[in-house]
Amino acid sequence: MNCRSEVLEVSVEGRQVEEAMLAVLHTVLLHRSTGKFHYKKEGTYSIGTVGIQDVDCDFIDFTYVRVSSDELDRALRKVVGEFKDALRNSGGDGLGQMSLEFYQKKKSRWPFSDECIPWEVWTVKVHVVALATEQERQICREKVGEKLCEKIINIVEVMSRHEYLPKMPTQSEVDNVFDTGLRDVQPYLYKISFQITDALGTSVTTTMRRLIKDTLAL
Amino acid sequence: METDLNSQDRKDLDKFIKFFALKTVQVIVQARLGEKICTRSSSSPTGSDWFNLAIKDIPEVTHEAKKALSGQLPAVGRSMCVEISLKTSEGDSMELEIWCLEMNEKCDKEIKVSYTVYNRLSLLLKSLLAITRVTPAYRLSRKQGHEYVILYRIYFGEVQLNGLGEGFQTVRVGTVGTPVGTITLSCAYRINLAFMSTRQFERTPPIMGIIIDHFVDRPYPSSSPMHPCNYRTGEDAGVTYPSVEDSQEVCTTSFSTSPPSQLSSSRLSYQPAVLGLGSADLAYPVVFTAGLNTTHTHQLMVPGKEGGVPLAPNQPAHGTQADQERLVTHAPSDGTHCAATPSSSEDTETVSNSSEGRASPHDVLETIFVRKVGAFVNKPINQVTLTSLDIPFAMFAPKNLELEDADPMVNPPESPETTSPLHGSLHSDGSSGGSSGNTHDDFVMIDFKPAFSKDDILPMDLGTFYREFQNPPQLSSLSIDIGAQSMAEDLDSLPEKLAVHEKNVREFDAFVETLQ
Repeated sequence: MNCRSEVLEVSVEGRQVEEAMLAVLHTVLLHRSTGKFHYKKEGTYSIGTVGIQDVDCDFIDFTYVRVSSDELDRALRKVVGEFKDALRNSGGDGLGQMSLEFYQKKKSRWPFSDECIPWEVWTVKVHVVALATEQERQICREKVGEKLCEKIINIVEVMSRHEYLPKMPTQSEVDNVFDTGLRDVQPYLYKISFQITDALGTSVTTTMRRLIKDTLAL
Repeated sequence: METDLNSQDRKDLDKFIKFFALKTVQVIVQARLGEKICTRSSSSPTGSDWFNLAIKDIPEVTHEAKKALSGQLPAVGRSMCVEISLKTSEGDSMELEIWCLEMNEKCDKEIKVSYTVYNRLSLLLKSLLAITRVTPAYRLSRKQGHEYVILYRIYFGEVQLNGLGEGFQTVRVGTVGTPVGTITLSCAYRINLAFMSTRQFERTPPIMGIIIDHFVDRPYPSSSPMHPCNYRTGEDAGVTYPSVEDSQEVCTTSFSTSPPSQLSSSRLSYQPAVLGLGSADLAYPVVFTAGLNTTHTHQLMVPGKEGGVPLAPNQPAHGTQADQERLVTHAPSDGTHCAATPSSSEDTETVSNSSEGRASPHDVLETIFVRKVGAFVNKPINQVTLTSLDIPFAMFAPKNLELEDADPMVNPPESPETTSPLHGSLHSDGSSGGSSGNTHDDFVMIDFKPAFSKDDILPMDLGTFYREFQNPPQLSSLSIDIGAQSMAEDLDSLPEKLAVHEKNVREFDAFVETLQ
């Protein structure tokens, strides 16, 4: 199948990187998470409830909604923190990108390992700008807030197209489609990676961090 | 090929659309309450959370929505609309947004009702949650308080977009196709936040009965549809809403894992009359303190189904739930401000909507303080002196109304660096509140948020503090003539002081020795 790919770009100040990335990633994951499945007999299942909460940004005039799952939030903050550090340490132009990829696992026969087939990839390109005065920072707070509003609208527009989603799996297949490792919510299987790029878009330091929650590792 | 919907599917679909409409209204109104929302995830299905989302049901909102729908469902030409508007303490009001849940004729006959439609409606609700934080009215609603409040109104029928001003923008939240039509959810929002200062809305009893306090006896008829986006209920009011029979219906979702084409036994089962649902908690305590020139704390606590998740505590004062329109005297916020809204143009003047606002005597009489004394208690007290209130920074809050003249918040001193000529003209203009000044007719909502400040912790947050103390009066000793005078006096008295100190040289030396 073809993998759907969406690209978003943001220009932010250094201290806004984390919040901007979290806002985008959480918004996507809000739409790509369900409640925990509980399989019953007769091949039916019921779905748990997903709570939601507002998060105010400290450095941006913006509030976003995320699923109420501290585990998921911690996982995202960890990788976004690494991305921010990498950006800072790269000393380059302050260009980088994060990718959130949703995939399905396809079992293969031994000795081949499982295939990971992506079905949707969200790429967020970040350009870090340096500002000199408090006045500029204040304006940047609002401008970035407005830009993030536009990004959320873009994300929602993609979601509303109701394009391909993996079929609801049977109990034996659920771990090939969903990340069942979290306690309170169940997002589709995802991995997040990031790259620091230079102005030409080539990867100067390729740092691939795979964040795979895999309960059925071979 | 026509696959007619079988009766069970039809019933299911009608139920989904109805509860989707009710949940949509809840999400929109709760997003304009002015507080952060937080609900808990639950891994085991409780059976009462529609669309697998933990969205609380505020009973009054459900009641209003059901009243507006009157048993009907959104259909072609009959849309459900939620209108969000802003009302200032002067009585001026302005429509900010219209959220429309519409149905068009484009049917998707092949789609599975109990499976795909349900999940897509759930996705649409999530999109709605995200989009409600993104329109300009969200930031306005987070700052509502003694200067303005946010109201909502639900109506059913034709969409009316006239009140949104010129150039309003639309954002589409999403669509879901069903066998009987396509559900569309969208929002039209105002971008021109310039306030009309020509007093279109006199302080007369509003025609439609804009309710500030829904729960207290009021002179206006109860058919008034406008409601505040914050709530208060008291035990004396004893307002309970009739629990409509299907408000207790439980949605236990049970899906089959067989492919949709082979779906045979997947149904949503409905169990009537399950107790302990959040929607049956009719009189939840919502206690808050509101004051006119004060920054009291406000706590909105809603015992939800998940065991009482308190919403964000300690907000700046929200609108007083008085039994009639009351006038709020408010401080003009001065200093540097930037436009808050994403789409306001660069050259609109950034002046606070709240003008210099000295209360006219008539308005003073109408003011009512409500003091927070504890949960479930609601006693309106006519005038409360601030010393008896245990709010932090009480000394910074303006004192009684009689002392307004001396209050720098209300009448800030003429500071040499006024940020705009408009601002200067405001202070020189002694007219009553509501007019924005002689030179310009328009107001624009402003915003000022310093970094690191959270406005939900203290009644006086960093932003308010900064605003208030940004233009302090000149130190008297620094003003030229007084300074020169005292300087001359000091110089004259120097020789005497020196003589005294020389006499006590030994004492000073001994003291210095003890320090070493």
